[in-house]
Amino acid sequence: MATATEIFGTLADPTRRAIFERLCRGGEQTVWMLTEQAGVSQPAVSKHLGVLKHSGLVRDRREGRQTHYSATPKGLAPLVDWMNVYTAFWHEKIDALEGLLKRMDQ
Amino acid sequence: MNTAAETRSVVIEREIAHPPEKIWRALTQPHLIAEWLMQNDFKPAMGHRFNLRTQPYGDWNGVIDCEVLTIEPNKTLAYTWDSGNGPLRVTSVVTWTLTPTSTGTHLRMEQSGFRSDQPQNYAGAKYGWQAFFAKLEEALAKA
Repeated sequence: MATATEIFGTLADPTRRAIFERLCRGGEQTVWMLTEQAGVSQPAVSKHLGVLKHSGLVRDRREGRQTHYSATPKGLAPLVDWMNVYTAFWHEKIDALEGLLKRMDQ
Repeated sequence: MNTAAETRSVVIEREIAHPPEKIWRALTQPHLIAEWLMQNDFKPAMGHRFNLRTQPYGDWNGVIDCEVLTIEPNKTLAYTWDSGNGPLRVTSVVTWTLTPTSTGTHLRMEQSGFRSDQPQNYAGAKYGWQAFFAKLEEALAKA
């Protein structure tokens, strides 16, 4: 399993992080589909996917000439501290609660 | 990291410029809960079992099982919070405490009962996704 430092390094690149988030949200996709949205060349996308795979954040599956990638969010485990995650979660939700309370005045 | 199955809590406290009665409505009326938290079938009744529902994610069905433990109108609301299945399972209790102040309400949220042998809550990672990445970027900016 990758170290937290390695995962931070992997996700520090905004393009690479965008590819990972896209896979988390949209499920399995081919390099081609990812390239259409990434705004960089196909070899660059492939290289980013290679780094993500090496860090355990994505897995690949060959089907014919296409390689399909999907996110393996469990790869984030080394840097997921559930208390921080829930703290962030509740701050976000309580912000939304305050927004709702303001709207309830209107 | 302690290896014992010690329990820990997340506590968030805020001063809110609205009276407790109004916050209470937002915490206990299903259509209002849906606006700030999640879709639900909450009822303000002791022992009522309800679900909070969000998008399924990976091998998690997106359902949080809850049961009302404490109801003291305008003061205290507590429910169990049992998120997910299999390795994602986290059992905890969420307690809301409302204390009137001269300017509104002191709101306290405590989520307790986490065990330190459940270090990876992937379900939580999904909820906190955006905030999580925002924090990640902050951390990276400081690194």
